[in-house]
Amino acid sequence: MNQAYPIRPAWWALSALTIAAIVILAVMVSLAVSIGEIAIPVATTAKAVANRLFGAEFELSRIHQGIVWDYRLSRALVAASAGASLALCGAILQALLRNPLAEPYVLGISAGASTGAVAVMVLGLGYGVLTLSGGTFIGAVVAFLLVGVLAAGTGGTSERIILCGVAISQLFNALTSYVVTTSANAEQARGVLFWLLGSLSGVRWPDVYLSAPITLAGFLICLAHVRALDAFAFGMDAAASLGIAVRRTQIVLLATTAAMTAGVVSMVGSIGFVGLVIPHAARFIVGPGHARLLPAVALGGAIFMVGADIVSRIIVPQQILPIGVVTALFGAPAFAIILYRARRTA
Amino acid sequence: MSIAIDNVSYAAGETLIVNGVSLSVGKGRILGLLGPNGSGKSSLLRLICRLRKVKSGVIRLGDDDIAAIPRAALARRIAFVEQQSTTDTQLTVRDVVRLGRTPHRGLLSTWNAGDEAAIDEALGRVDMRERADQLWQTLSGGERQRVHIARALAQAPSELLLDEPTNHLDIQHQLDILSLVSKLGVTSVVALHDLNLAAMFCDSLAVMRKGEIVAAGAPEEVLTEALIGDVFGVNAHIERSAVHGRFNIQYRMA
Repeated sequence: MNQAYPIRPAWWALSALTIAAIVILAVMVSLAVSIGEIAIPVATTAKAVANRLFGAEFELSRIHQGIVWDYRLSRALVAASAGASLALCGAILQALLRNPLAEPYVLGISAGASTGAVAVMVLGLGYGVLTLSGGTFIGAVVAFLLVGVLAAGTGGTSERIILCGVAISQLFNALTSYVVTTSANAEQARGVLFWLLGSLSGVRWPDVYLSAPITLAGFLICLAHVRALDAFAFGMDAAASLGIAVRRTQIVLLATTAAMTAGVVSMVGSIGFVGLVIPHAARFIVGPGHARLLPAVALGGAIFMVGADIVSRIIVPQQILPIGVVTALFGAPAFAIILYRARRTA
Repeated sequence: MSIAIDNVSYAAGETLIVNGVSLSVGKGRILGLLGPNGSGKSSLLRLICRLRKVKSGVIRLGDDDIAAIPRAALARRIAFVEQQSTTDTQLTVRDVVRLGRTPHRGLLSTWNAGDEAAIDEALGRVDMRERADQLWQTLSGGERQRVHIARALAQAPSELLLDEPTNHLDIQHQLDILSLVSKLGVTSVVALHDLNLAAMFCDSLAVMRKGEIVAAGAPEEVLTEALIGDVFGVNAHIERSAVHGRFNIQYRMA
C-alpha cells in the first residue's frame, strides 16, 4: 500500500464487493448455526429459519428446531452485530484521534466497561436501579473520560493517548480483579473470568433485540458524519477551517463509540482487536474515504466475528475457547504489523 | 475592505497573545505579517478564520462580523493553509484537494460536476493535475504546500490565510509558492519570516511584536533600518534592488 499511486476500486467493483461481502456473511452465519457439538445440515437450518420467520411447516425434530433458532442463530446474529460495532468504533476512534492504533480495547474503554459490569454483577452496586448494561456504560464513559483527561494533561499528542489507554486499562483490569478475588464466590469468579475474555455463550434473542438496534443506530450516526471524519485527516484545526463543528462532532462520535462498546461488552464481554484489524484491512481494500470505509468496516467486522466464533468452537475438540482469545491471536500480531508500518511511513 | 480587524485581543489563559490589533486588507491584496517567533502572527491568522475566539474586538469580512457567520458559511469564504500540516492517512493528492469541497456539500449530497470542476481547476492552478492520483506521503515539502493551496482554492474562498507557507522549503520552492499566491488574485494574509520575500511579494506589511502591531503600511514605509534593528535585533542595510525594484535587505554581522 506504500506505492505512489494507490488503486481505488471503481463503483462497479465496489458494488460487486458489497454483494460478495453480504453473501459471505450469510454463508458464515449459516455455517455458525450448523457447526457445533451437534452438527446440523445447512438445509435443516434453512428449514428451521423458514418455519419461524415465514410460518413454513417443514417437518423437523423439536431439538433441531430449538438449537437452530433459540441457541445458535441468536448467537451468530449477536456475534455479527458485536463485530460490526467494535470494528466501527475502531474506525471512528482512529479518525478522531488520528492514531492508527486506537480502538476500544487498546484505549481502556472495554476495561472500564468490564469494571462497571463486575461492579453491578458481583458487588451489586446500584442494585435494582442500575442494570448490567447501565453499569457497563458508566464504566466505559468513566474510562474514556479518564483517558481523555490524562492524555490532555500529558500534552494531548496522538501517541500519548495510546499510552494513557494502556495505563487506564491496567488500572481498570486491576480493579476488576480486585472485586472478583475479594468479593466473588468461586462460581461467580469463574463466570466473570470467562466473560472477561469474551464469551458468546448464554446469548439469546433478547440480546439480539438490544444489540442489533444499537449497532444500526451507531452505524447511522457515524454515517451522518463521514464528511467530518474525512476532514479530520489533517487535524482538528484543519477540520474546523473546513467548516466542521469539531467539538460537537467529537462529543457525538465519542459518546456513540462509548455506547456501542458498552453495549457489546455488557452482552459478550470485552473482545479485543476487532476494531484494530478490520478498519486497516478495509482501508486496504476500499481506501480511506469514510463513505466507503464505514459500510466496509461494518460488514467486515460482522464476518470476522462470526468467523472467530466458529473458530473458537472447533479449534479445540470438545471445548469452546473464549472468543476474545481467538480475536487476540489474530489481533495482537496485526497490532505489531501496524506499529511497524506506521514507523516506516512516518 | 476585504478583511477589517478592529482592536482585537486574544488571550490563552492569563497570557495576552494578541493585543489591540487593528489592520485591514483591500480586496485582492496581499498583506504580509512579519515578526519574531512568538509575536502572535499564527494566533492572529487563527483568529481571522475563527479557529480561536477573540477576547475583545471585531473582525469583519466585507461588512459581516465573523462571529455571526456560521462555521460552514465561513469556510466557504475564507481558507486557511496551516504550517507544515500532514497526515498518516493514505490520501492521494486529489483526496486532499477534495477536502476543500467539504463546506460546499450537504449532509447526504453526492459529488456533483461543480465539485469535480472546482477540484480540477484548483489542481491546475498549482500545476499538480498530472500528479492527482499520487499518494500524499510521496510528495516533497514544496509539493505538499502546493496541494494545500489547491485544497484551499477548492474551497473557492474570497480570502486566503497562509501561515509561513515557505517554511522548510528550498529557495526555488519559496519563490514558487509566493509567486503562485501573488497571482491568485485572492485577498491573502501571509505570515512570513523572510523580510526580502515579504518585500518582493506583499502589497502591504504589518510587523508584530509581543502581540502588538508596531508598524503597518506599504513595504517601503514599514521596512526601515531602525524598525528592523528595534524588532528583530539585527543591524540591517536596505536598498532598492536593481533586479526587481523592490526593497532588498542585507544584514551586517554583529
